[in-house]
Amino acid sequence: MLTLTWLLIAVPLASAAVLLLAGRRADAWGHWLGVAASGTAFVVGFVAFLQMLGLESEERATSVHLFSWIPGGELNLDAGLLVDPLSMTFVLLITFVGTLIHVYSVAYMEHDADRRRFFAYLNLFVAAMLLLVLADSYLLLFVGWEGVGLASYLLIGFWNFKREYATAANKAFFVNRIGDLGLIFAMGLMFSYFGALDFDSVLSQAPEATTAQLTAIGLMLLLAACGKSAQFPLQSWLGDAMAGPTPVSALIHAATMVTAGVYLIVRSAPIFNGAPNAQVVVAAVGAFTLILGALIGMAKDDIKKALAASTMSQIGYMMLAAGLGPIGYAFAIFHLVTHGFFKAGMFLGAGSVMHAMNDQVDMRRFGALKGAMVVTWVTFGLGWLAILGVPPFSGFFSKDKIIEAAFVGEGWQPWVFGGAALIGAGLTAFYMSRLFFMTFHGKARWTDEVHPHESPALMTVPMMILAVGSAFLGLFLAMGDRFTHWLEPVTGHAEHHEPVLPVPVLIALTLILVAAGGLLAWLRYGRAEVPETAPSASLATLAARNDFFQDSVNRAVVQRPGQHLTRTLVYVDATVVDGAVNKQARGWAGLGEASRRLQNGQVRSYAATMLVGLVIVVAVIVVGGL
Amino acid sequence: MNPINFVILAAILFSIGSAAVLLRRNAIVAFMGVELMLNAANLALVAFSRIHGQLDGQVMAFFVMVVAAAEVVVGLAIIIALFRARQTISLDEPAELKG
Amino acid sequence: MVSPVLFWVVAILTVVPALSLLFARKAVHIAMSIVCVMVGLAAAYVGLDAPFLGVVQIVVYTGAVMMLFLFVLMLVGVDQREDTRETIKGQRWIAFFTAGGIAFLLISVLGRVSIAPQAARVGNPEEIALVLFGRYVLVMEVLGALLITAAVGALIMTHTPRLTPRRTQSEVQAARVLAGADPVNKPMPGVFARHNALDVPARDPEGKPIEHSVSRVLEARHQMSDGDEFRTRLENTSNPEDSQLPNGAPSADSDERTPRIGEEDQK
Repeated sequence: MLTLTWLLIAVPLASAAVLLLAGRRADAWGHWLGVAASGTAFVVGFVAFLQMLGLESEERATSVHLFSWIPGGELNLDAGLLVDPLSMTFVLLITFVGTLIHVYSVAYMEHDADRRRFFAYLNLFVAAMLLLVLADSYLLLFVGWEGVGLASYLLIGFWNFKREYATAANKAFFVNRIGDLGLIFAMGLMFSYFGALDFDSVLSQAPEATTAQLTAIGLMLLLAACGKSAQFPLQSWLGDAMAGPTPVSALIHAATMVTAGVYLIVRSAPIFNGAPNAQVVVAAVGAFTLILGALIGMAKDDIKKALAASTMSQIGYMMLAAGLGPIGYAFAIFHLVTHGFFKAGMFLGAGSVMHAMNDQVDMRRFGALKGAMVVTWVTFGLGWLAILGVPPFSGFFSKDKIIEAAFVGEGWQPWVFGGAALIGAGLTAFYMSRLFFMTFHGKARWTDEVHPHESPALMTVPMMILAVGSAFLGLFLAMGDRFTHWLEPVTGHAEHHEPVLPVPVLIALTLILVAAGGLLAWLRYGRAEVPETAPSASLATLAARNDFFQDSVNRAVVQRPGQHLTRTLVYVDATVVDGAVNKQARGWAGLGEASRRLQNGQVRSYAATMLVGLVIVVAVIVVGGL
Repeated sequence: MNPINFVILAAILFSIGSAAVLLRRNAIVAFMGVELMLNAANLALVAFSRIHGQLDGQVMAFFVMVVAAAEVVVGLAIIIALFRARQTISLDEPAELKG
Repeated sequence: MVSPVLFWVVAILTVVPALSLLFARKAVHIAMSIVCVMVGLAAAYVGLDAPFLGVVQIVVYTGAVMMLFLFVLMLVGVDQREDTRETIKGQRWIAFFTAGGIAFLLISVLGRVSIAPQAARVGNPEEIALVLFGRYVLVMEVLGALLITAAVGALIMTHTPRLTPRRTQSEVQAARVLAGADPVNKPMPGVFARHNALDVPARDPEGKPIEHSVSRVLEARHQMSDGDEFRTRLENTSNPEDSQLPNGAPSADSDERTPRIGEEDQK
């Protein structure tokens, strides 16, 4: 069965092709084909997972050779799949959550004329994402990497008849390009250092490389990860990416695609293990983004953008964990999986709310929805408790482990990273509670024409399943360190280190901060009146509402200099390069103009020229010959 | 009398012909100048043939005549075509060769 | 050895007419002069023991080539006069110096060579044929191809395809009327002029002479006579005997040619 894993990719891809090529004829049944393709992928993945469970942990990595891809002399690259516990984790997450979201979308997109196209893109995304995680070389991973980027672009701009949505799609695409450049550079460096691009060769040779080489590759990989996972400084696209339909936000921009950067770093663990400086940068980026995202999330009134900021922040946690080295890898993936469940569940809940509120997203016009939408309230609430890290829900097990790991180390690092993680937990509690209370509690601030109602079963059932996952998956996987042992063949066994503060103290601190955040949010947004329009606020709040002016910063730091550079280059090209060519051409034209006068068009002048030449020739022969 | 004098005569005729080509604007007259130059060459060939006591020079002159005949046919045809197009056979008119 | 008399005769017979290329005005004169040059050259060939070539020279050049020149001259019009003013600056000097230079160079070289001529081999047709079809047979064949090509080339060159549709008679007539011409035939000369001579213009209904009824050529030569003038002339010369003569033929003394209009002016 493990050798049949190529079906995982082929089935959704074929389905996407059918849906795109069949056109309107497939409108009636296209969405069910999409669901079936995704479901088939899940079944295949699950069977493979069961088979893998039956193997010893050392034998769980299987390589599946597909075909000889690039048979070059220096670079001999085969297209193959690597099925090991890490990729299997992703396969299960992608196909399971993906299938649920497919089902959800059937109802959510019911009134959209282009539902078939939507499912085609979703299937394309699933195929590309599976290719990304199953690839056995960086180059094949890159194909999937670009594939998910394409699918993301298509789905963000799914309603591209709205100008700002199309712009958001372009923005996501462009920012991702920067990250892709990082991956390309990283591959170039790998090829020059190791002469190979497949994981096996690169990662096994990594310990022999110098620290400088590994740091260079690591930083390039980090750039790639930042682009795909919306980490600072390439975070600006994620908020705008919420232009896509909500299921897309749930699947691509919360659960799976944006976590590809974390996957890339964990997959490249041997490279980062040999480059401590790169690791510190990864952790720093993660810590910074985690605080940044939390601050943005605290100020946003748009429910989807608040969730997007939260996603950014939570991926910051994962990056932080991935940057901590072997003790963090497993927790990064653990948090990734639990986050995939609870964040997807909350996005679906948000979609359900939007569905009920005529696609409004302003939380200031929500409130008191718990009575109208009980199922949504409960499922969203479970996700909320999970992300807060309240025991015994999923987030507690994954996030607290990261906080603990962040406090391990020497010198300034544990205090800075651990402190960031700890404060982030408090901030998370505040902004998620704010979101939860503003939406479901307090007084109804609905606009006049909305009549909230519970969503159909096709939407609520996936939400319920994800809510169950949000609630208990963490406990299930954390029991006896199941998940850590499962990933050990890939991430390596981590020695147990004691944090600089005792673990119970850390747990207590975390819970106190979380409780404080939640309480503060309840006081301000649950019990108190929430104004229907955003009140004027301090400079800091305004900055957070505006994503800390990330677009302006980008414009000032990247776009303006780029434009100036381009203009300068154009000017140089026009004056120097073109000028040289034109001047030269003008010179030749002048020469031609001068010699044109010889060509006076008079036949007799030409004859005279000939005869003068003859006289000269004869003179030379006669004088020279005698 | 030495046959070399005929070669001198040929040189004189040749220069008269070339001067005619340069000076006359009537295309037919200029063309006659060309014919005169060809004939001067023929005369030289025949004179050399006599000097060397061999017939090759005469045969060459014969060939020149054939080529000249062909040239006359084509050349006059060109002049007629020119005349049809421009109603003139002046060599100064077709200044389309002007660069 | 060639007789000096022959040489000098040939020299004068060729150089003097050849100079007409430079100085004569009329193309026909030049063509005839060149015919003379060709004949002179033929004589030279005979004198140089090449009788066959001499005959060929007469046949090809005077007989064919120069006649072709004359044909073409007639075709393009013998009145193609040439403006003798030089249009290209310095062309005369260039021509003078190059022609003179070539002559000077060649003669200076030739004057310094001394050669002892071999015994003559007379170029009679038989001898020529042996060489022509012996060593030079390939050249001969190639030249044959060249002649054919030249003939075809001349045909192609002088062939003009019809570029405009053929105009019917009615179209020609319509165009002429549009251009303001008489819709009908021009009147014949002499009609209603009491005389049907070609040099007497016709009369219109008002009795005025129609000038253009007389041929343009007669008008150009001032040989057109006026109707009134002709009537008086007729009356002056008439005598009573006229009526007595059968058929009304004029008397013998009236044959004396009377001066026409214009002739008197010239005198």
